[in-house]
Amino acid sequence: MTTRTDRYVTRRISDKVASVLSAAAVVAALLPLVALLSYVAIRGFRALTPALFTELPAPATGGGGIANAVVGTVELVALASLMGIPVGVLAGLFLAEYRDSVLARAVRFCADVLAGIPSILVGVVVYATVVVGMKRFSGLAGAVSLAILMLPLVTRTTDELARTVPESLREAAIALGAPRWRIALQVILRTAAPGIRGGVMLAVARVCGETAPLLFTAFDNDFWTTSPLEPTSTMQVRIFFYTLSPRDDRHGQAWAAALVLVALVMILHAVSRRLSRDPRSSS
Amino acid sequence: MAMGVSRTTSPAPAPPARADDRDPARLPIATADRAFEALGAACAILLGLVLVGVTAAVLLLARPSIARFGAAFVVGRTWDPVSGELGALPFLYGTAVTSAVALVLAVPVGLGVALFQSDLGPPALRRPIGVVVDLLAAIPSVVYGLWGALVLAPVLREIVEPALETYLGSLALFRGPKLGLGLLCAGLVLAIMILPTIATIAREVLRAVPTELREGGLALGATRWEVVRRIVLPHARSGITGAVLLGFGRAVGETMAVAMVVGSRAEIGSSLFAPGYTLSSVLANEFSHATSELHVAALAELGLILFVVSLAFNVGARLLVARAARRATSTTAMVAPR
Repeated sequence: MTTRTDRYVTRRISDKVASVLSAAAVVAALLPLVALLSYVAIRGFRALTPALFTELPAPATGGGGIANAVVGTVELVALASLMGIPVGVLAGLFLAEYRDSVLARAVRFCADVLAGIPSILVGVVVYATVVVGMKRFSGLAGAVSLAILMLPLVTRTTDELARTVPESLREAAIALGAPRWRIALQVILRTAAPGIRGGVMLAVARVCGETAPLLFTAFDNDFWTTSPLEPTSTMQVRIFFYTLSPRDDRHGQAWAAALVLVALVMILHAVSRRLSRDPRSSS
Repeated sequence: MAMGVSRTTSPAPAPPARADDRDPARLPIATADRAFEALGAACAILLGLVLVGVTAAVLLLARPSIARFGAAFVVGRTWDPVSGELGALPFLYGTAVTSAVALVLAVPVGLGVALFQSDLGPPALRRPIGVVVDLLAAIPSVVYGLWGALVLAPVLREIVEPALETYLGSLALFRGPKLGLGLLCAGLVLAIMILPTIATIAREVLRAVPTELREGGLALGATRWEVVRRIVLPHARSGITGAVLLGFGRAVGETMAVAMVVGSRAEIGSSLFAPGYTLSSVLANEFSHATSELHVAALAELGLILFVVSLAFNVGARLLVARAARRATSTTAMVAPR
């Protein structure tokens, strides 16, 4: 009799222990996040001055800002989006339209593999082609590598979401005599649009913070760039170089840049969540 | 005037051209369709081309190094770009050690978080925890590097490493000069960075385990933990293995944060406190100012190794996760035929 109660108690205890341990794991995961975000917020705010956004990096004397890097990040991400989003969406629509063809399967596999390879390798490739071809580092090369990183994400989101569009809608459009391209763009794409916009935003957010492929494509620049064919400074690369610098004011600017970058990524994530919410289902 | 002319004259020649056609509406549509299809196909093929391009470019750049060193490159212990004696072993070692440290720390925590969300935690907390994990994944790598180098490394140097040496100093791993920046620091930062990968994928795999199986266990009087241990985990094993492999693949490829905290020295020591180097971080640091052709080639060959390793882990992990998903659906069909 007692042994049965004992066993019951041990079972109850091991159940509780497991729950506590998994809650402890959640705390262990939260801890670094809180530590990191609070450091970025506190040290970033301390170094956040108007000069940061209006002045160029000052040589050796201290002070100055990273205005060109802020603009550079936005410029590169915008250029990359211009290249990556249309190509990715079209490729995704194609994959969904010919979902079971050999080509579609092969491309889907390639996209998954491409999404998994280290981003620095994309930088190596763009270096070997665009940078060596143009014989100089350039913002364009940086944008190309970011676009390549966006491509598999955008393609797969579009593909997945386009495939969830009900067959009846497509059939209705066919019955009305709509050509295939109009079905793809005006029925499939439009129906799946909220989710696709959300997925695209996530892809943009992801490349916003990408640094490794920019190191030897866009490189860095202490001055304003007048064209995407020149080396272009970005916040990400600045954070990298400033962290390695021994100077405290550089560290401060790195924290401030990190704060701006994290805020940018968070905003894009929030926008993405907003967009993916289907306007019809929320009301 | 010109507008008026074009407006009145252009429809005039058009009808005869259309009248020649047997099916007046179809031709332009078919052309547009074919053009659209070709455009889509071109975009899709571009993706494949990029992948081929990565392989080709890395191979091409690496050729001089492959020709010069051959297989000895992989076991060469010296990395001296000036003398031209270049070997990959310190980077393989650094990558293996940092990734292993990351896995040892991140796998239990990631699994715990995933189980909290799938089975053990209060339902009201499950979603917010998911958002937090997503947040952890959203923070850029350089920001982790910045925090690791300026905050975590001093803490390691002053507090954690001396404590480890006091209590575990009998192991060579936890002895030696304490610099903060080093393999341990990189492993720790990597653990934080791969945690969301492991937690998210494990959560999806666990959620895919059919509810009927859980309910069956609970109906037989099992506690939640018993259901997890005897039913859910065995059922999700291959998927969880996949999650761990993906985490490992991510740790191997992670570049910026590691480059900022690993200490950047191509050495093989016995201590975790020692500075080291990894395949990806040496590319980040040296590729842009490598001047000699051999140096570039050797770096590219390191990239090639990185490519092959991360490819193997990614493909293997994806296959495992896909198999887990298939198994889950087939079991549902078996348990509850609809």
